[in-house]
Amino acid sequence: MTATVTDDLLKAEGVTVRFGGLTALDDVGLRVGPGSVVGLIGPNGAGKTTLFNVLSGVLRPTQGTITWKGAPPPGRRTHHMARAGIARTFQGLNLFPTMTVLDNVVAGADRLAVGGPFSLLTGFGRHHRDERELQGRALAALERFDITEYAHRLPGTLPYGVQKQVALARACVADPELLLLDEPAGGLSGKQLDRLADQIRDFRESMAVVLVEHHMDLVMRVCDHIVVLDFGRVISTGTPEEVQADPVVTQAYLGTSTGDPHDNERKGER
Amino acid sequence: MTSSIAQSGERATTRTAAPEPRTSTKGWKALPLPVRHLALAALALTAVLGLLLATSDMNALRVATVGYTMLAIAGLQLLVGGSGQVSLGHGAFMMIGAYTMALLILHQPMLPLAVNLLVVVGVSVVAGLAVGAATARLHGPYLAGATLVLAVGLPGLTHRYHEVLGGSNGLTIRTAGAPPFLEGIVSTTAWQALVVWTTVVLALALLATISSGRLGRRMRTIRDDETAAAMSGVPVGRTKVVAFVVSAAAGGLAGGLQVYVLGTATPSTFTLALSLTLLAALVLGGIGSLWGALWAAIAMVHLELWASDLARALDLSRDAENNLPIVFFGIVLFLVIRFWPLGVHGALQSLRTRLRPTKTRTSTP
Repeated sequence: MTATVTDDLLKAEGVTVRFGGLTALDDVGLRVGPGSVVGLIGPNGAGKTTLFNVLSGVLRPTQGTITWKGAPPPGRRTHHMARAGIARTFQGLNLFPTMTVLDNVVAGADRLAVGGPFSLLTGFGRHHRDERELQGRALAALERFDITEYAHRLPGTLPYGVQKQVALARACVADPELLLLDEPAGGLSGKQLDRLADQIRDFRESMAVVLVEHHMDLVMRVCDHIVVLDFGRVISTGTPEEVQADPVVTQAYLGTSTGDPHDNERKGER
Repeated sequence: MTSSIAQSGERATTRTAAPEPRTSTKGWKALPLPVRHLALAALALTAVLGLLLATSDMNALRVATVGYTMLAIAGLQLLVGGSGQVSLGHGAFMMIGAYTMALLILHQPMLPLAVNLLVVVGVSVVAGLAVGAATARLHGPYLAGATLVLAVGLPGLTHRYHEVLGGSNGLTIRTAGAPPFLEGIVSTTAWQALVVWTTVVLALALLATISSGRLGRRMRTIRDDETAAAMSGVPVGRTKVVAFVVSAAAGGLAGGLQVYVLGTATPSTFTLALSLTLLAALVLGGIGSLWGALWAAIAMVHLELWASDLARALDLSRDAENNLPIVFFGIVLFLVIRFWPLGVHGALQSLRTRLRPTKTRTSTP
């Protein structure tokens, strides 16, 4: 499927998710190589976020397997995936509303935390030194995302664009190997979009990125590889140019060329 | 509640002129958290000692009562305010601690008090583990309902096992007073108050360390957003159970201390009303902070006394006198929530913010 990489960081094979009678994902495959940016696009309700939830361990697939670095993931719970090095942002940001920006980002570094309860209670051992290191790491992340001045503010009091940066900082602070971005461009202005595109290009220096996005301009600019979903199936895959040229994609987005409005519905019932 | 926390935080933070990140690693801040909290505990104990020496014996009992009530509420604070799990069964853990203590003194009279208290904590931890593991997947009203069952059901056990637990008369014990060399200097009650507060400040130092350390942060992330917490690598289920266990241990220890002071453990002490009052008092004191537990405990003990005094002064009938404390507490709770949605501690904090606009920090747990 991918021409560039042999060792996949994350591989999803035959992933099927059914909610009762509804098939949200049907035999979906996805491969993410190290340092690559994979775009996941498709019309509303195509199953993009569902696939994201499967990849991040929030949702367990009805069928199919997820492979992380050539082996099954270390655990079935979400935090196992996070500790293995998969970070994620949310469509609704999901920042911790009663915690300061700094604490939000420190919390994001939790997967690197060492030192157990004994160390916490007695002050011996690593815990408290490690907490300082996490603070330092979080401050560095604030610096990197240019939000240091908001360190002690609560997320709810900040402009949306800044909140998005907080969410990115929280996801990146622990140096994940794979970053899942759920609609990072939503609600951003043109200038902010340019900055986001630069940031995503920066990310690939150290991590792979999977991107769910409606903003085609951004997707075409930053992605190496694009997977198009429609009604829970992969309908097209390839480089941005290949996908753009694929008539099936145009059809999925703009309706059928024959003008039969029921075509898509029938497809969904299958 | 959440939104009001956010609002007050907003008010507090917008006043902060230059929000520089905390980088102070010298002096007080350089000490490890447990050391800092132990120092504060010693300070608090000195204050209580001063209070005991300055006031009457009658007051010592109240001081002791405030002590163990505060510990119970602080445990509940960690659970409700910290991890966002609302428990209506906190009184049940106090009861478990109380009966464990009473049974230990009755059947193993030679054991020293410290050992008794440790056993009480151990038993409460086991109880908390069982309840926490059973309810870890429950949220909001479902969790409250499940813990409600505990609060309603547990006192009934004393009737079921009448022989061991003494039925509705409960268990009566005799506790040792002040050690011989202090006789004449300190009264029994004052000594007990001192023992209670020593235990309480040590336990509070541990609770404070937990809630300002990583565990506390993990709990707060879960309270705020479980999915995002899990995606940051926080083991959600385990952290919830740990919160339950810590809170149960604090509740149980408080119950044990109560028996030590009062000398009896009866089922009527640990009714659902106790659990509800603890929760209401916590809201009154301020749900976000351990300081809230202090105001809550003072309110719980003293509002009742003031209400009884008031009833006597007004020369009301016996029925009215019995119910006045409840009404009084309700009215005070109502007023506090209406005017200070963050409780007494929240009010004090915003007052401090107003007085010292440049030095405020908002993230002290």
